[in-house]
Amino acid sequence: MLDNNQLLRFTTAGSVDDGKSTLIGRLLYDSKSIFEDQLEAIESTSKKKGHEGVDLALFTDGLRDEREQGITIDVAYRYFTTPKRKFIIADTPGHIQYTRNMVTGASTANAAIILVDARHGVIEQTKRHAFIASLLQIPHVIVCINKMDLVDFSEEAYNKVIGQFEEFSSKLLVKDVRFIPISALLGDNVVNRSENMDWYQGAPLLHTLETMHISSDVNKVDARFPVQTVLRPQSEEFRDYRGYAGRMASGVLRKGDEVTVMPSGFTSKIKSIDTFSGEVEEAFAPMSVSITLEDDIDISRGDMIVRSNNKPEAQQDIEVMLCWLNNSPAKPRAKYTIKQTSNEQKAMVKEVLYKIDINTLSRSSDETDVAMNDICKVKIRTTKPLMVDPYRENRTTGSIILIDDATNETVAAGMVV
Amino acid sequence: MSKYYLNYLDELESEAIFVLREVWAQFQNPVILFSGGKDSIVVTHLARKAFHPSKIPFALMHVDTGHNFPETIKFRDDLIESLGVRLIVGSVQESIDQGRVAEEKGKNATRNALQITTLLDAIESNKVDCAIGGGRRDEEKARAKERFFSHRDDFGQWDPKNQRPELWNLFNGKQFEGEHFRVFPISNWTEMDVWNYINREKIQIPSLYFAHEREVVWRSNSWIPNSEFLKLEDGEEVLTKKIRFRTLGDITITGGIESDADTVEKIAQEVSAMRQTERGNRSDDKRSETAMEDRKKQGYF
Repeated sequence: MLDNNQLLRFTTAGSVDDGKSTLIGRLLYDSKSIFEDQLEAIESTSKKKGHEGVDLALFTDGLRDEREQGITIDVAYRYFTTPKRKFIIADTPGHIQYTRNMVTGASTANAAIILVDARHGVIEQTKRHAFIASLLQIPHVIVCINKMDLVDFSEEAYNKVIGQFEEFSSKLLVKDVRFIPISALLGDNVVNRSENMDWYQGAPLLHTLETMHISSDVNKVDARFPVQTVLRPQSEEFRDYRGYAGRMASGVLRKGDEVTVMPSGFTSKIKSIDTFSGEVEEAFAPMSVSITLEDDIDISRGDMIVRSNNKPEAQQDIEVMLCWLNNSPAKPRAKYTIKQTSNEQKAMVKEVLYKIDINTLSRSSDETDVAMNDICKVKIRTTKPLMVDPYRENRTTGSIILIDDATNETVAAGMVV
Repeated sequence: MSKYYLNYLDELESEAIFVLREVWAQFQNPVILFSGGKDSIVVTHLARKAFHPSKIPFALMHVDTGHNFPETIKFRDDLIESLGVRLIVGSVQESIDQGRVAEEKGKNATRNALQITTLLDAIESNKVDCAIGGGRRDEEKARAKERFFSHRDDFGQWDPKNQRPELWNLFNGKQFEGEHFRVFPISNWTEMDVWNYINREKIQIPSLYFAHEREVVWRSNSWIPNSEFLKLEDGEEVLTKKIRFRTLGDITITGGIESDADTVEKIAQEVSAMRQTERGNRSDDKRSETAMEDRKKQGYF
């Protein structure tokens, strides 16, 4: 692989029968990422189960229960590499607890692949997937219109799906949508260009994934550096060293920049940006570095170093699109631990403004109970201010999770409005 | 203007450093599980980078089966000395002597499963609340569903169907008394990424990874090294072959492959052309279709 090859994370969502496993199998197989012993294991299991041929779905099922019941329970991560890029697939199940799993897979994705069966067109599930992609602000959405072989590779069928999707997605916030007619089973337009669809002028799926512009997916404007920990070596050589370790959440910081430490508001200048390999002139997302300042200021985990002329809002009352992930419903006015970047506070869900029916996208303000897989807009009050940006502008500083102190479980994920 | 994006290896490195720093910030007494294999060596290298110019703030914990390659132990001790970190050894032999576990019997007996008890005992007696491992999601199908921060109950068990959802880079390491976490900073790396990284960073690895002449026996489709622990079966014969190991585990279960790759570059080339997974030569994973999942649920690495 070349030195400048990038990493692209994408999520696939779909149900058992829309060909998702076949598509993933095809991408992995054609990029030579399935090994012989894995293939042999799948072949022997397929035979045991009495399936004809190799059931590629088995490749994506990892756990005993999934194999026995033929369902996918949890997000699974798959990897493949081409000479152009490294790919991470977050493979999320379409049926069981789809919201929870899709939101998880979508949270780190650059792109979402949404599969539509050409025979059935846009169905409820397609809408759910597109809505979650929009809610989680996945920068690129690729709608794969699959099983084109079963509709005689008809351009009309393809256009019909595009029409349906566009009509519905006009209500959503998706920046970059592409449509590709494919047959995952036969391989048309997956890795190789289809010979059956001359009318399609666009690129096959893999080429699209390999070449789409992702450098701008990260916010490059607002410099945000959440401090994870303070490095104070106890050695002779670095006696006075005080480095603030963290990963750039967004934007760029340079040596000499005037910075403000939030929430204290103290200002200073960046003295150095250090890495193991030596000093660097600038740090940008998602680099992990250690920053030293000209002045001795009290800084600890949870603080944020930002450029003095571009600060996030320090807020104690935040409006959040919340996705509930836990079996036990939200307790009204109960206290939770809220995590945002390296900051951790106590928080209370003060008010449920409305709930979204993710099949119809309609809002309902009558129901205020919040249960597993619900998506709703809420008002949260925290004990101390959080330095937040709207999620739409910053996926790192605009995201939160809630933890139930009674169980320590992560019960909700939220996006700052 | 310079480019404002990282290449894939730098991004993986930055992610791993972020995870290691989260561990340090969120736990009281974390350790790195160190096997002497390339993955735990890479994790240790990343920990050096994460806390530079401080020393690695964790101890290294080694679960010693007693069935080691001598090269692994030498490598471990040299590394500990150069890093100036503490080593904790959990001994399977001691667990056997104390009657905590019983040695497996029969032809394919190994100490692989016995390690679970020793590991959990060492975690408990050292009050470890987080054990950092070199596990990767591409290694094995049960591992594909593993979290970066993976919760273990007070029996050390993993409940794969009830894992905490993990979103963005917000890791939840909260636990109750007696529970612990396993954290996997290189979850998103593949075998190829590990080799490319070792090559780029010029990381020292045990000589066993490089092609060398060794006495071996052909068993279960791979070359098992001859050692004092190996009992020859009828028809088996000890041969001298030029081999290398793709993974390092117990000397009794780690099969070698015939190879001429004697530099990291050559290994990386060889790996990129491989048609078998690296664990394909590990007899511990061949016992059943869900062997890894079953061991992991009980508390395996």
